[in-house]
Amino acid sequence: MCGIAGLIHRGKSSNVGSELQGMLQALKHRGEDSTGYALYGDTDGKNFIMRFKVGENVGEGSSSVMEDVSVYDERKKIVDETLAEMGAKVIKEERTLPYSLRYEIDYDTKDLLDFSQRIESIPGVEILSMGKSLEVIKDLGNAKMVCDRYSLDKVVGTHAIGHARMATESGVDIKSAHPFWGYPFSDVSVVHNGQLTNYWNNRRVLENKGMRFMSECDSELIAVYIAEKMRHGATLEEGMKESLTGLDGVFTYFVATKDSLGMAKDTMAAKPLVLYESDDLVAMGSEEIAIRSVLPQEIDTYDPFDGEVKVWQI
Amino acid sequence: MANLKTVSKKSKAQSMGMHTEVLTGRTQQKFFNPDEAENFYYFGTYDVDFNKRTELDVKDMTAPEANKEIDNLMSQGYGTIVIKNPQGKHSLGVGILNKLNLIFEGSLGYFGMGSCDGPIVRINGRVGWSCAENLMAGKVVIEKNAGSCFGAAIRGGDLICKGSVGARTGIDMKGGTIIIGGDAGAFTGFMMQRGRIIILGDVGINLGDSMYDGTIFVGGEIGSYGSDAVDSELTPSDQDWLKRKLKVAEIGENFDVSKMKKIVAGKKLWNYDNLEPTEKKGAI
Repeated sequence: MCGIAGLIHRGKSSNVGSELQGMLQALKHRGEDSTGYALYGDTDGKNFIMRFKVGENVGEGSSSVMEDVSVYDERKKIVDETLAEMGAKVIKEERTLPYSLRYEIDYDTKDLLDFSQRIESIPGVEILSMGKSLEVIKDLGNAKMVCDRYSLDKVVGTHAIGHARMATESGVDIKSAHPFWGYPFSDVSVVHNGQLTNYWNNRRVLENKGMRFMSECDSELIAVYIAEKMRHGATLEEGMKESLTGLDGVFTYFVATKDSLGMAKDTMAAKPLVLYESDDLVAMGSEEIAIRSVLPQEIDTYDPFDGEVKVWQI
Repeated sequence: MANLKTVSKKSKAQSMGMHTEVLTGRTQQKFFNPDEAENFYYFGTYDVDFNKRTELDVKDMTAPEANKEIDNLMSQGYGTIVIKNPQGKHSLGVGILNKLNLIFEGSLGYFGMGSCDGPIVRINGRVGWSCAENLMAGKVVIEKNAGSCFGAAIRGGDLICKGSVGARTGIDMKGGTIIIGGDAGAFTGFMMQRGRIIILGDVGINLGDSMYDGTIFVGGEIGSYGSDAVDSELTPSDQDWLKRKLKVAEIGENFDVSKMKKIVAGKKLWNYDNLEPTEKKGAI
């Protein structure tokens, strides 16, 4: 059991960091092994924002092996050298935690595949997100702990998705935490609640097509699956509709791009989702109490039906 | 507790029309004996006065605190309780074994009104998953939509949703009536064993999948039939019953019930009277 939540403001920006924190904290009983945020903040859209990690959180409950901070420093140094070799100029650098970094990069490319492959060829380095609006922040602990650790409560933007995780089929670590970046697409992220039963079959097929997996978490498959469809020209909505038959198992998932937010529910409708829609706001979560943290007044909500796919624009 | 009898011949309950089916095979029929009614004692119930009314704001309460306070109010004789600010909290109003008028001014989360026996409930909002699970008797009316597993395993009473409901409505139900004013999701009536479901709108795929018994009436389109769910003839008595039921439910009173579809179990999956393999061995 995990909890997912998402919201999109249409035609305006809001304090999405704080709002999503409230939604995910309301779902913490669904799992607090780790919590992740995909925030689409207000930016000037000129530079890429790269969130990446050079190690794991080895705190209480973690399934990762402890490493010395000097190892993180060495990896960071290699990342910096690699960026310089590629002609990517680091405009701003933040090291929130020893293992977690945020770079604003001036880099002129549309295809991030080569860029990402070179960065991630450095052992122990993983790009959590790459985009001109998207920032994926994920770590161990519940929503409030992660929000406080990364000071997310002041992030202003148009939309966001997040995930409160109860680890079941893979480790308690950041690499298995949601959201997953839709590698190698700029500004694409995914969160998922459920289990995928044809994970390995699909993974083998997609890896043969050159797609990359960083974890053994079945949810990562959704991000890679959608990204592969988009790579071949499908729209987000088309990719999501194909996933209803291409992915086997039970799932409700959200996908967000720079200017849209989508949801899909499997044909068994086995995983919960409550949805609120109005002209200026769409909010959804595994349980109504998540939505109530943003909209405490009496509202009209509903459960999407089986096999339903919906996409909203900002 | 009132005496429960193992009935070998037609019981008083059957003669009163409370129960009509005659179950065969290894099933033991045990019914409430009306002759013993005066000895009937139900733990945790109170004498309440419906005219004694109060309000309870649960905004800052947890679900256990709210439920305990409802119980406390019933013990003071309040027969009509209005709950303010439920705000989608889970497990509100569970385990009420009393006659009671209960009104929620807002929406409930998961497992609302679960395992109840007797209250008349109106929810002026929506409900999450598994509303009124295991309802034994009474009436629960939801003014807006409902989540999945609506009325799971209910044994009696009327459960009414004026909006649409999610998947697996009436899963494993063993009696009672579920009435839906809007649409219903996939696997409605999944493995239902008795009781009736009425859906005025459309219904999703696998309707009545693996149903053992019971009846489903559908006013709109059916996504697909589940295993062993088959059409049956809509009789005049069915139509009379539907009209009556919809009127009582304050829903679709003018709905043309003559065009509704009636779905029942084909009973090809039945094996009640078959011995289990291990039992067969023993018999040999």
